[in-house]
Amino acid sequence: MADTSETTTIPITVDFSGGLEMLFDSKRRHSISLPATDGSGKPANIAFLIDHLCRNLMKDPRAELFVLDNHIRPGILVLINDADWELEGEEAYEIQPRDNILFVSTLHGG
Amino acid sequence: MAPALCANCKTERALIKRPKNHAKLCKACFITVFEDEVHHTIISSQLFRLGEKVAIGASGGKDSTVLASVLKTLNERHGYGLELVLLSIDEGIKGYRDDSLETVKRNAVQYDMPLKVVGYDELYGWTMDQVVETIGKKGNCTYCGVFRRQALDRGAKMLGIKHVVTGHNADDVAETVLMNLLRGDLARLSRSTSIVTGDSRSEVKRSKPLKYSYEKEIVLYAHHKRLDYFSTECIYSPEAFRGSARGLIKQLERVRPTAILDIVRSGEDMARLVLGESTSSCACKGQKSAGLAFLEDDIGGCGSQNGRTPGGEMAAMDKQLRENEAHEALEVDIVKAMSENKVGSEKERELPIRSSNGTSRGPARQVLGNCKRCGYMSSQEICQACMLLEGLNKNRAQIQI
Repeated sequence: MADTSETTTIPITVDFSGGLEMLFDSKRRHSISLPATDGSGKPANIAFLIDHLCRNLMKDPRAELFVLDNHIRPGILVLINDADWELEGEEAYEIQPRDNILFVSTLHGG
Repeated sequence: MAPALCANCKTERALIKRPKNHAKLCKACFITVFEDEVHHTIISSQLFRLGEKVAIGASGGKDSTVLASVLKTLNERHGYGLELVLLSIDEGIKGYRDDSLETVKRNAVQYDMPLKVVGYDELYGWTMDQVVETIGKKGNCTYCGVFRRQALDRGAKMLGIKHVVTGHNADDVAETVLMNLLRGDLARLSRSTSIVTGDSRSEVKRSKPLKYSYEKEIVLYAHHKRLDYFSTECIYSPEAFRGSARGLIKQLERVRPTAILDIVRSGEDMARLVLGESTSSCACKGQKSAGLAFLEDDIGGCGSQNGRTPGGEMAAMDKQLRENEAHEALEVDIVKAMSENKVGSEKERELPIRSSNGTSRGPARQVLGNCKRCGYMSSQEICQACMLLEGLNKNRAQIQI
């Protein structure tokens, strides 16, 4: 965080579980620097994060296991700092520094 | 957005929005409410006897892990006096089941429960790896599903246990209701909504205490209690979860979360209309279910042929089975029902609502006897597992020549 990009990116952690790890290098936790604004200058929100993850972090070509019709696939839960994203405004939630965003799939069996 | 406070304790920050009623709850209240509701289901449907020995069908996945955790908690909290045992099936799938069995072994330590593992190899002389080597990936879920249903019961018998609980949740039941609705199989629909399957004639009773629990809440319960579970798709049906009924359920939930429990309740009501009996066991609705019991009709564990398999795959499986004379007699009910539908006799369509136990359709599954080959309970002379094994063993003989 010592570098000068601090002003333009937001440091956050993104977790994947419930089987989603396999789409992201089989790694549960990723520390990333998210651009603070999207292409049109609006503050980065969850919708932007999802798009960012698909473009930059996903190692698996099967993006449809994560997003459907540009939205998170139904059956994947999103927790923002451990709270259900439905309580936080869902895709419109504006991401804050050091947020933890967890994507957990309910779709996988055992 | 200011953080919402818990609707229950009104002090802690709400972290969960409940799908069934939109209630906003904090972590501690959510965990309590979730447990209380499972307790309510158990008590109102008189699921257990005091001191009963109960085997938990444990795969290491979220549902059975949560079931084990909740049952342990409730057993201690409410003095059920249950003797709980973890029962796992080893299908013999390297890189999948051996990993998830490690999770179950840890669960056994975490929950201080004995663990029994029964393998397809010891029961049937075949691992799923060998089955797939012989017949290929296509249709292998049929074998796995048929074998598993027996394996759980056989494992329970080895332990002298007459009651197996499984982690089937409300989403699973809703999915099965939809699938059976789409197939027009109301007889099976009714059975699938029953919380208990297996009646006095069957040796092992099955029940699903999480029948009214949302999959979303099961996952959140596991998350907030930091439970140790395994979640990787079976390597032989890696995308089985993309099945159309499952996808539909999840999309409905996104739009209107109560839809899932509504489908479960609708299934129960339809079952009552069709069979003239209740499958809802919740005493608060004033009904007690006998639940028609056919052990070959439980909803499939990992999805398999029941629900999560896309239609095309089922049709292909159908075709494959038909082509193989040796397999002619062993078509599972679902396949049979599908091919009947495909023939599409108008007569069938014009039938009024069936008032009795689905007698207009399917093989004589009403009569439960014993398999002449293995002695295991079956509605047919030779049980499905033995029929499948016969086909497999013939193939093995050919390969060896």
